[in-house]
Amino acid sequence: MSKAAVQFRQARETEWRRLEALLATLEKKSPRALSDEDLMELPILYRSALSSLSVARETSLDLNLITYLEGLCARAYFFVYGVRTSARARLVQFFRDDWRNAVRSLWRETIVSLLLIAFGSLVGYMLVLKDPAWFASFVPSELASGRDFSASTASLRATLYDTGGSEWLEAFAAFLFTHNSQVAIMCFALGFAFGLPTTMLLVYNGLMLGAFVALFNSHGLGTELAGWLLIHGTTEIFAIALAGAAGIKMGWAVVFPGEETRLAAATSAGRTAATAMAGVVLMLLVAGLLEGVGRQTITSDVARYGIGLGMLTIWLAYYYVPRRSRRG
Amino acid sequence: MADAALAPKAEAEAGRTLVTPEGVALNLRLAMAGQRLSAFLLDMLIMFGSMIALTLVLVIGAGSIGDEAGAEMAAVLWLLGFFFIRNGYFILLELSPRAATFGKRLIGLRVVARNGGQLTADAVIARNLMRELELFLPLSFLAMEAAESGVESAAWILGLIWAGIFFCFPFFNKDRLRVGDVLAGTWVIHAPQRSLSVDLLAGQAEAPPGFTEEQLSAYGILELQTLEQVLRTANPQAIATVATTIRGKISAPDEGDDAEFLQAYYSALRIRLERGLLLGQRRSDKHSS
Repeated sequence: MSKAAVQFRQARETEWRRLEALLATLEKKSPRALSDEDLMELPILYRSALSSLSVARETSLDLNLITYLEGLCARAYFFVYGVRTSARARLVQFFRDDWRNAVRSLWRETIVSLLLIAFGSLVGYMLVLKDPAWFASFVPSELASGRDFSASTASLRATLYDTGGSEWLEAFAAFLFTHNSQVAIMCFALGFAFGLPTTMLLVYNGLMLGAFVALFNSHGLGTELAGWLLIHGTTEIFAIALAGAAGIKMGWAVVFPGEETRLAAATSAGRTAATAMAGVVLMLLVAGLLEGVGRQTITSDVARYGIGLGMLTIWLAYYYVPRRSRRG
Repeated sequence: MADAALAPKAEAEAGRTLVTPEGVALNLRLAMAGQRLSAFLLDMLIMFGSMIALTLVLVIGAGSIGDEAGAEMAAVLWLLGFFFIRNGYFILLELSPRAATFGKRLIGLRVVARNGGQLTADAVIARNLMRELELFLPLSFLAMEAAESGVESAAWILGLIWAGIFFCFPFFNKDRLRVGDVLAGTWVIHAPQRSLSVDLLAGQAEAPPGFTEEQLSAYGILELQTLEQVLRTANPQAIATVATTIRGKISAPDEGDDAEFLQAYYSALRIRLERGLLLGQRRSDKHSS
């Protein structure tokens, strides 16, 4: 080893150790744990370590030294170039732009999934009207819980205005939220399988909806059922349609990547869809509250219609009403 | 050292290069399937552990309150807590500056954007929501069979195979991407923290005497660095074996002290090869000229 090499290590080693200590603090705590001076120093130390690595690669055969510097530079790289904004700024950005933009970019797929649900409902409605025996095959008995064609009009009406003892409402809402979110996430994830299972799930949801409408309508309870469904359904069905749309977008990108490579197309579709999914989970939280608490305490048809349509207006306005583009 | 034990072929397959904006190529190594599996199992243990802990705390808490309001509160917290742990554990931890769950941290793994850029929240969400497809779907197929034998077995087997395809996805592509990694544009690298040890030359600038030019031209850089690892590990048995081999190769007399002999030979060889580097001669192993 030449004299220069000894000096090289002696002169630089303190800087490496310093960078290592800074990184250890950053990884254990947060960027806030470092002072401004430390943060300013980080990129300088990182570049100095990179240049050390370049020198070491060309002049030294000490494997331990080179792997150490490789590791150190890689760790520092992810901090210096992983531009990190604060959690609050990120949340603001999500609510102001990202959520909305992600949903807007799914507009074609959203129309497709709404049409699929509508198609399912129509088929379910027609089939059940024609032959009530279909009802049992669309609606699992544990979900129907007594609401079928053998039930009387009075008992069906009671299910619509049943306040359910109104004691476990929060728990019911929490259950609805977690269950529906899990189903929506699955609906999204299944999109990767070329979107087929997602479309099937959407149509099946429509079938159940149509079957219920047929059942209640045949007892002259159509408007009452609509109120019962609308209060949370505008939010919930919209959210499910968006989850389906996110899944379809992914499936479509995998099958028809367009001018990009298949991998690149899947990645960009996947990221947009994931942002939309974060929004879907929030929508389902609202829907869970409306269904679990709102529907059980509010029994007036007018109020139910009002809340349902009001929520729909809010969602549509948030997503689709154009905004003046901000400068920069 | 576990890394040194890797076959050169596996090493080359797992190696990826990232060129920083400064123009320096950083060598990254993709995580092995086994490493990722063990990290995942650790995470599962942590998740199940915290779910059990949550359940216990809530049961005890609700029991001590005793009335129905307490029970309902416990039910709400339990439902939300489970949902949060199941969906939030991976996402929140991978969004932290360390970009890894506790399991990954223990194994030394980290999630990285494939293009070398910033690891964004949408990417982390995408890669983790896909776990529904990769893990919970196959599991629910398995559970279905266990729960009721009424499911037609042919349909069940088809479903299991179909779900298994997603589970096995990482084994069938060279970057070991999960479905979630494909969609998020991420991959998982093995980047354990390494410590800087002493320089084996210890500031020695002149080659120790006693080796002829011919004896020093027997080996190249690969052998030198393997010897370095032997010296650093300092396993007496390995040192004895390596010393015998080298003595045989360069026909040096056996003078007893193996470690001292190897240390001297290492110093002489490294000084010679480093001098070569300065002159632009990189002799990668004993077969190259």
